[in-house]
Amino acid sequence: MSLAGTPAVNTAARSARSGRLPLTWLGVAPFFVFVGLFLLLPTGIIAAGSLGDKDGHLTLSNFTELQQAYIIKSFLNSAVISIASALVGALAGALSAYAVATGNPRGTLRRIVTSASGVFAQFGGVTLVFAFLAAIGPVGLLRVLLQDHGVDIFPNGVWLYDMSGLTLIYMYFQIPLMVLVFLPALDGIRPQWREATESLGGTTWHYWRYVAGPLLAPAFLGCTLLLFANAFSAYATAAVLLTQGGVILPLQISNLFTSETGQAQPGLAKALALAMIAIVTIVMLLYTLLQRRTSRWLR
Amino acid sequence: MKFASFTRHVGVAAMAFLVVAACGGTSGGGNASCVAKSAKSVTECGGMDALVAAAKAEGKLNIIATPPDWANYGASIDAFAAKYGIKITSANPNGSSQEEVDAIKNLAGTSSAPDVVDVGLSVALANTALFANYKVATWNDIPDSQKEATGLWWQDYGGNMGVGYDPSKIPGGSISSIQDLLGSGFKSKVALAGDPTKSNQALNGVLMASLANGGSVTDVSKGVDFFHSLKAAGNYVPIIGTAATVKAGTTPVVFEWDYLSSSHGKDVSGWKIFEPTGALLANYYTQAINKEAPHPAAARLWEEYLFSDDGQNNWLKGGARPVRQAAMEKSGKLDAAAAAKLPKVTGTPVFPTADQQTAAGTYVKAHWSSAVG
Repeated sequence: MSLAGTPAVNTAARSARSGRLPLTWLGVAPFFVFVGLFLLLPTGIIAAGSLGDKDGHLTLSNFTELQQAYIIKSFLNSAVISIASALVGALAGALSAYAVATGNPRGTLRRIVTSASGVFAQFGGVTLVFAFLAAIGPVGLLRVLLQDHGVDIFPNGVWLYDMSGLTLIYMYFQIPLMVLVFLPALDGIRPQWREATESLGGTTWHYWRYVAGPLLAPAFLGCTLLLFANAFSAYATAAVLLTQGGVILPLQISNLFTSETGQAQPGLAKALALAMIAIVTIVMLLYTLLQRRTSRWLR
Repeated sequence: MKFASFTRHVGVAAMAFLVVAACGGTSGGGNASCVAKSAKSVTECGGMDALVAAAKAEGKLNIIATPPDWANYGASIDAFAAKYGIKITSANPNGSSQEEVDAIKNLAGTSSAPDVVDVGLSVALANTALFANYKVATWNDIPDSQKEATGLWWQDYGGNMGVGYDPSKIPGGSISSIQDLLGSGFKSKVALAGDPTKSNQALNGVLMASLANGGSVTDVSKGVDFFHSLKAAGNYVPIIGTAATVKAGTTPVVFEWDYLSSSHGKDVSGWKIFEPTGALLANYYTQAINKEAPHPAAARLWEEYLFSDDGQNNWLKGGARPVRQAAMEKSGKLDAAAAAKLPKVTGTPVFPTADQQTAAGTYVKAHWSSAVG
């Protein structure tokens, strides 16, 4: 009796399961379609293109050409700008976030800072550069005003067009981004931990050195890496500010694609893009690992 | 009045259609005395009167990418239409050289295909299969290096690479040598008109700087070194000099073609152009007739007009140097008042070949980032 009944039950369970399966799949299908179309497909096209020469023949020369001095130079420039803007942005952003986190969680300051950060973290490209040029550009309002009062902010040339200028402008979206991504980590720090440190006779230094510091360090490092990737891949801001020259990698890629002097090398541009994808992938993997470690204590 | 003009136009168009249709694909347009389509000169067409008659019978001319304010083209268009009663259709005024030859290919066989083109030399060299052989009556006035021996193309007007500047923004109010630009009064003022790794005009700017610093058309390195010194002095700005940046004052000194630079005069009063002695780098545009021109006689008559004294002086009035300038100066036919407005030059201009341009481009691409980065 029981033997005869078992297969029937199993069949019922199987049919019920197979009826539900396609639906579970459908829920994530848009995500996979999106990832496939906008992440994997372009990466594949770039990877394939980086292996071809001008006539479409298979070659590895694009990767050996990456060693040319002018490409190394723009790579170093990109790295310096990204590291500088990530470090300064992370420090300033973390301090602002700390100020906000210690305040009233439902207060006006917090609401203003978080919503403003949400806006400014996305404020880049043409609008941002225009804002800077209109304010402190060579003929900007503030610059001219200061000049009229005997203060020249560009005594040795317009540094706004140099690496330092680009770093400064990047900071405008790096700091708000840091506030946004670091605030949750700070919110995870419980006041009780500080109270516990103090009741055990610890000083503020002990608290930061042995409790809050080690807890926040992975989050801080992870967010800094995110900022690095953010600056490393930024294109529009630099392209609008420096309308010529391949100073940083994204501009160099765009330069290699178009040329009316017969100097275009789309294959090399794609190899360069692939190298950038590899770097950003490594950085984002490290970020994920650090985030995982952070979430062990802070949630 | 309006109705009469309308009927006349319809009549002319219908007649042109009949003539073209009657001649079919064998002999091309024109009347019995002038087979314009295969005529290699005005004599082969039976003389000027026969060419004019044939062109009038066609009644129309299609030109492309020639805005009226570009090198004063408008004056020639109006004068030609008035003189011969031929209606000119000017298509895609702001098109590029490549778009002009694309139009020849894409509109082939239709009545709206361009009859003539005015293109950059490199585009002309790459598309000679599309052009007819024709030599204008003033052919001998055109220097040999500026024409194709069988008449596939010939240059029309152009100018030299110069340094345009706003005298009110620089020390002393004038530039007398390229070395001046390295002075402390030029902080963040000097720009190129493009990115030399991809823009032809900017590349020629670097090439001109090379000529002015002991380099040659085959050695652009001195120009790259010069811009490196400019950068080190804090005088170079890494933005593209355009009408907008000149007007805003962010690029008061720009390396650019003199015939384009002169147009900044309408935004910046007193705008001047300096062309260094011994570093004259020339660039001329190129005329060619569409081999399958829908109006072959009008196309040839138009070229005769452009290369007549009147046509050449019209370009001159637009700030461009017409190709017959030297010959007309000798014969006294040059518009002296217009010529006096051109930037002063001394020496013989050099014309870099396509190969020399490519070689310079390759060098600049490899060295530009480290020079000004």
